[in-house]
Amino acid sequence: MSEYLLDVRNLKTYFPIKGGLMRRTIGHVHAVEDVSFKLKPRQVFALVGESGCGKSTTGKSILRLIDPTAGQVIFDGQDIAALPQEEVRLLRRDMQFIFQNPYSSLNPRMNVWQLLSEPLKTHFNLPEWEMHKRVEAMLDKIGFTPDQLHRYPHQFSGGQKQRISIARALITGPRFVVADEPVSALDVSIQAQILNLLVQLQQDMALSMVFISHDLNVVRFISSEVAVMYLGSIMETGPTQDIYAQPRHPYSRALLSAVPSLDPQRKKVRHALQGEVPNPANPPTGCPFHPRCAYATDLCRRQRPALTEQFGRMLACHHPLED
Amino acid sequence: MEHVLEITDLKISTLRGKETVPLLDKVSLKVGRQQCLGIVGESGCGKSITASALLQLLPYPLSVTGGSAFFTASSQARMDLLTLPPKLMRGIRGREIAMIFQEPMTSLDPIFTIQQQMFEALHFHYPHMTHADRMDKSLSMLRKVNIPRPEQTLASYPHQLSGGQLQRIMIAIALMNNPRLLIADEPTTALDVTIQMQILELMNELKETNDASVIMITHDLGVIAETSQHVAVFYAGHIVEEAPVNELFHHPQHPYTKGLLQSISSLTGDSRQLYAIPGIVPPGGSWAAHCRFAARCSHASGRCLTDMPALTEAAPGHFCRCFLHSQEVEA
Repeated sequence: MSEYLLDVRNLKTYFPIKGGLMRRTIGHVHAVEDVSFKLKPRQVFALVGESGCGKSTTGKSILRLIDPTAGQVIFDGQDIAALPQEEVRLLRRDMQFIFQNPYSSLNPRMNVWQLLSEPLKTHFNLPEWEMHKRVEAMLDKIGFTPDQLHRYPHQFSGGQKQRISIARALITGPRFVVADEPVSALDVSIQAQILNLLVQLQQDMALSMVFISHDLNVVRFISSEVAVMYLGSIMETGPTQDIYAQPRHPYSRALLSAVPSLDPQRKKVRHALQGEVPNPANPPTGCPFHPRCAYATDLCRRQRPALTEQFGRMLACHHPLED
Repeated sequence: MEHVLEITDLKISTLRGKETVPLLDKVSLKVGRQQCLGIVGESGCGKSITASALLQLLPYPLSVTGGSAFFTASSQARMDLLTLPPKLMRGIRGREIAMIFQEPMTSLDPIFTIQQQMFEALHFHYPHMTHADRMDKSLSMLRKVNIPRPEQTLASYPHQLSGGQLQRIMIAIALMNNPRLLIADEPTTALDVTIQMQILELMNELKETNDASVIMITHDLGVIAETSQHVAVFYAGHIVEEAPVNELFHHPQHPYTKGLLQSISSLTGDSRQLYAIPGIVPPGGSWAAHCRFAARCSHASGRCLTDMPALTEAAPGHFCRCFLHSQEVEA
């Protein structure tokens, strides 16, 4: 058995674009383009990037909520990407997904008991008393009391709903979860509560987690390793502290410098980006970032840089930022 | 200092059945010329309805139940926006006071081109303007907000443009008639950080070049730090703290403001435990008669659970609604 729980190799997910009278495929959106990373047990790995960079599609492709086009997803020595759907379903007790919006991911017609016992019914054949025991233990972990068991989602606030959807994902005792923007729909004062809960559960239950977020502060808090994505590819990946302290990819640096500082007097040095993210159906040649990069040369326009190890991290850039 | 807008004791209520439920309670604010006033708060605290009330855009069954909002127009005429007859209000909206809404993707009409929507704003206030003048004005506004290829953009429909471009077009439309006051309701919440930075810098710049004042409504303290000179913190329908921006970020007084700043700064620090304000944001209208933050405050005691603290001056220009603070002063 390898030291990694999850090993994603050259993952690609393309969506077809249909057009014309016969609805033929006339092109592909390259949502995930050659993404590789590894996750150790009990580690939190973050995928960060702007909207449309393919971070959510990567998360969903790992769990086969979307079928990847190519590549391998090796979970615990088994290639999930090649398994038939029926076998993937059996694996889902071990790998779960936490959705972004608790307002739409919980069925409004199901009460807390139904919401939390449903995954148990799907994955285990348990007697009623055993299910009650597990549901109540889970409620305790998320800070609920047993009398809230028969309430419906609309009777809870946004933060409480997100607690329920976290409980629903974790009740089967998974070893691995993908959390897709779990706090971005919540108020600022509630975000901190949910993040603390996630960290605590991750430690208590020895979870490994892929954490997807566009919020750079949240990523810094929760993850030990981070991958910065742009237009479907990883630009830079490595220990979170190192990358935040000194980004080596021009895109990572621009992204980090765009976060507003909390000190109105200290204006940050800006590395402003010109233009906008290109259309992923028609990505630029060479390095995907070159049209917006201040350091782009002819080489960047012609040749796509490979993700190679530099400065103690993986970097995809022809002209990394020096000291 | 000259004030463009002075809101005094603004009250807004809604109807729940036959019962009147207060949503905003005695809010007083001032906006200086070429200044940016930041309003920060969580969902349901009343920050957006304050903006809607100023332009008489409150949806039924919400209504203004008290207070005044005196606005000084470019003609130096002073008027109360809350009681202005609808006909006069139409002359103010979009010309003297413009608004930028949260989601540019939904606030532009999908069936009209950008040109039609920009011309509409000009036509309403200047019906006799020639086509060529409108064209010039629209193109120069688009250039001002850094839209590449403005001629091509004018002929586009909203779905053909990105969120960042649409928000810049919204700003261009809002600034087209040189308003005295620009109200921006979460203008960058739906946008990515790199685009957010471009938009905020643009707004800071235009405030000076266009001699406009801004009210920036947001839940993001980072956006406030980047743009505002003066800040009001809303909680549960009233102001809990109000101060110049540096003062608020460096010497916050109210436990709620302190908690918010602490939970964000612990996010950027190296600790493994975040500071979190316990409890939930109270939903609109179901507020306690005593201090509304007491239920979530770790310092709450005695008086906090029986009386409502007043907004008192803690330091010059720094107002705070908390008993703890006034006790310190008395002691």
